[in-house]
Amino acid sequence: MTNWTRGQGQPPKSNAITDVACPFCGLVCDDLELARDETGIKVTKNGCEKAIAGFERNVDGAKPQVAGRDVDLGVAIQTATELIRKAALPLYGGLGTDVDGIRAVMALADKSGGVVDHALSEGQYRNFRVLQTRGWIMTTLTETRNRADFFIVVGSDIQKLHPRFFERIVTVEQSLLSETPPKRTVVFIGRGLDQSAVTGPRIGDVITLPCDVDRVGEVVAALAAEIRGAPLAQETVAGVPLADIKALAERCRAASYPVFVWAPPSLAFPNADLVVSTVSDLVKDLNVSGRAAGLALGGNEGAISAGAVSSWQSGYPLRVSFASGKPDYDFLRYAIPRMLANGEGDLLLWLASFTPDLGPPATKIPTIVLGTPGLKLASPPAVFIPIGTPGADHAGRIIRVDNVVSLPLKNLGRSNLPKASDVLGAIELAL
Amino acid sequence: MLIKFTGGTVYDPLNGVNGEVRDIYAKDGRIVATPAPGTRIDAEYALNGRVVMAGAIDPHSHIGGGKVTIGRMLLPEDHQGHEVARTELLRSGCGHAVPSTMTTGYRYAEMGYTAAFEPAMLPANARQAHLEMGDTPMIDKGAFVMLGNDDFFLRALSQKKDFSFIKDYIAWTMHAAQALAVKIVNPGGISAFKFNQRQLDLDERHEFYGLTPRDIILTLARGMKELGVPHPIHIHGCNLGVPGSMYSTLATIRAAEGLPLHLTHIQFHSYGTEGDMKFSSGAPQIAELLNQTPNVSIDIGQIMFGQTCTASGDSMRQYGNTKSANPKKWVVMDIECDNGCGVVPMKYRDKSYVNALQWAIGLELFLLVRDPWRIFLTTDHPNGAPFYFYPHLIRLLMDRTFRNEMLEKLHPAAQAATILKSLDREYTLYDIAIMTRAGPAKSLGLRDRGHLGTGAIADITVYEDNADREAMFKTPLFVFKSGEMIVKNGRVVKVVAGATHVARPDYDPGIEKSLREYFDRYHTVKLDNFRVSDQEIVDSNCGHTGGECGCVIVQPCGPRTS
Repeated sequence: MTNWTRGQGQPPKSNAITDVACPFCGLVCDDLELARDETGIKVTKNGCEKAIAGFERNVDGAKPQVAGRDVDLGVAIQTATELIRKAALPLYGGLGTDVDGIRAVMALADKSGGVVDHALSEGQYRNFRVLQTRGWIMTTLTETRNRADFFIVVGSDIQKLHPRFFERIVTVEQSLLSETPPKRTVVFIGRGLDQSAVTGPRIGDVITLPCDVDRVGEVVAALAAEIRGAPLAQETVAGVPLADIKALAERCRAASYPVFVWAPPSLAFPNADLVVSTVSDLVKDLNVSGRAAGLALGGNEGAISAGAVSSWQSGYPLRVSFASGKPDYDFLRYAIPRMLANGEGDLLLWLASFTPDLGPPATKIPTIVLGTPGLKLASPPAVFIPIGTPGADHAGRIIRVDNVVSLPLKNLGRSNLPKASDVLGAIELAL
Repeated sequence: MLIKFTGGTVYDPLNGVNGEVRDIYAKDGRIVATPAPGTRIDAEYALNGRVVMAGAIDPHSHIGGGKVTIGRMLLPEDHQGHEVARTELLRSGCGHAVPSTMTTGYRYAEMGYTAAFEPAMLPANARQAHLEMGDTPMIDKGAFVMLGNDDFFLRALSQKKDFSFIKDYIAWTMHAAQALAVKIVNPGGISAFKFNQRQLDLDERHEFYGLTPRDIILTLARGMKELGVPHPIHIHGCNLGVPGSMYSTLATIRAAEGLPLHLTHIQFHSYGTEGDMKFSSGAPQIAELLNQTPNVSIDIGQIMFGQTCTASGDSMRQYGNTKSANPKKWVVMDIECDNGCGVVPMKYRDKSYVNALQWAIGLELFLLVRDPWRIFLTTDHPNGAPFYFYPHLIRLLMDRTFRNEMLEKLHPAAQAATILKSLDREYTLYDIAIMTRAGPAKSLGLRDRGHLGTGAIADITVYEDNADREAMFKTPLFVFKSGEMIVKNGRVVKVVAGATHVARPDYDPGIEKSLREYFDRYHTVKLDNFRVSDQEIVDSNCGHTGGECGCVIVQPCGPRTS
């Protein structure tokens, strides 16, 4: 197999590395500066806590293991191959990897008749269900950075998921549309959302509609009703005065490019897809006479790449079974958490190459883990193969949260850990 | 390895061969001259009575990039029932309106096609477009990069930057995005929609930049010519799908003032406003003008009846089309101060007056435009119909009786509103070879594709000479890619990767100073990360599925002029 890491992906000679793309959240900021010396990698500029934790981690010394004992990589691959060959329904989960990694997962799942699902699918499906039933009007990071004059954050703690979102998209002082761009208003729907980064000369009003996060649906439904000209006849909605919602509706209509921002993983309550649906519909309503757009965030742990590659190769955004030889899609049935809970599937292959937090779920079925060293494991899996992190240990490519931009990830030469795609490719060949 | 293709009836318009019985030889992937007598032939295919053409080339098919994948995600119900099982050789997949990537590649090859070109690659989405094309095996690929709605270009034009600056930017973008040509979609209109303008006719001004679509088209048309890029500016004009769009199309053709233009999916821009329904055919007037305008080429974007999904960069017009969405769900996006997109499922019905007339308008254009070298066979996949309707479309063009039978099934008012029945023309095999091979290859600057002369790549399709032309073109007997048999009796027998074609006009690297400042100040991606490297494309073509390693083929440009 070819390896395009020869060439641009060679470990850099100088110890200062610029324009580094960071794969540790869905934003994939690519303006980081790093320094590398014999002690490891230091993030020297534009790093958030996720970037520092991700790049500066020590991954040395991890060895492939079978049943908790160190083995050669070849033995680990052979054992994994045997387990997959014996399995009637292998489950391919986690899927924290880059485009080439997910390509290799798809090829292996197709060949072995397995199921593919990403660890963060539950959040992504709050969006996919709306896409597949109603559709939406969306925007992207650069468009928002330059064009938006009004931000409405819907029940999402964006600062926690994406520590540089406000800095890079909202509080930026320059816009290509004006030398003196107007101040921006930022509205938070939901109580307790971190607003600390929403400061600076570009920021005008910061408004909070303080409802419980699991009740944002009620507030956005009231807002949608106002915008549609069918106001509610009550004084408060989820504790928020209706007058405040009316005022927000007015400002949405008056803005030239309001952007509704949500992060599906934050909307962690039942039927949260209905919130996404309501927001998407009210954005459509605003577009009848003006312009407005949605911007969905999230997409950490390579989730966007997994959804996209699965869609272009199989037709469906994950939760696909290849057991029949054809792609069979059912986003309820082929949710790996549900399958594990119900004793479906007889082998779990778990792939997590970015953060050590994405450990596999507890299960009685044999588990093969392709993981970044230090990955949280409740018990030693049948096979553990330490793999590199795309963008730190080897080169790669990853699709950003807006589903439009993809970025090249550099080989920083942090370790010699193998690429997930190479390990999976070797298993597929041997199968 | 020397291969002999013996006794086939050859249609090779670029070499003036019209249905002559000839032997063809191929060695090491290319067509070679007749070898000296006594030379050892390693393999021979007896093709007596069979029709031999170069592999077909689709110059406009949405096969890769974000909006196609949005279409795939949007329509699970359209895939269900159209799944394709894995075999020892082939990956599983699915597909009706928007097939999965591997299935797309297999289907193209099984239909005798050896190349297809993605016509709407956003610079901001170029990497993903190449990733998807890299997962589309069997055929050669390439893409046209979209310019003319990006803020960098519109700023430069409104600030009246030197024309060489604009040309440098066009050429830089082609390099960075790995493009073969440049496309404009709704010139200025995608950007204008972001400022809440809802239409932008040829001479209407973009509110913010003060430019008109005419300014943008002429700038890019002149830019392409002076950069020496073989394919002229590829234009998806103003007012897609709007009754009355024929007038902006006529005006655009006249606006060219002799500059080469390619007007794409012109069917969607050929509507008048006559009659009770205020929707009529503009095909006769447009064809008449095209017949007098040798600098303009077109492709049709024929519609076919049934379910499909429209996917376009034209966010402004696609937003307008959302009222016809079927099923009622759709996506519109504003993208990266670069472009936009609109994905709207569509079900064309033969009992709908408008849809029936759209079908007739496409066919009128095919039959009224006389020069097959300037008209290419497309459905604007998947916008008018999925690409695998081409054999049916070829039969409609070649078989007047069949065409008229189809016409009689349509909405009666549409039958009355079209002159189709009075058009006797039937395309010949030679015409079909021009519009599906020679013409696109010549227009795109693919010098060693689309013909069977010495030195050409041995991409060869062999058909049974079946009177039912739909059956004939649907199931070729053999397809050879670079001299290797990849399809037999309409089934893939070998998986190959296919190459990516690009063009790289010269530019002054000094342009990067302005671009770098712009990216650093306004963008969320760094200039050096925006650029797609050759190695990424080679890698894209080299998965673990038994495909051969693809490569990047740089098609030559002419000299830069001013």
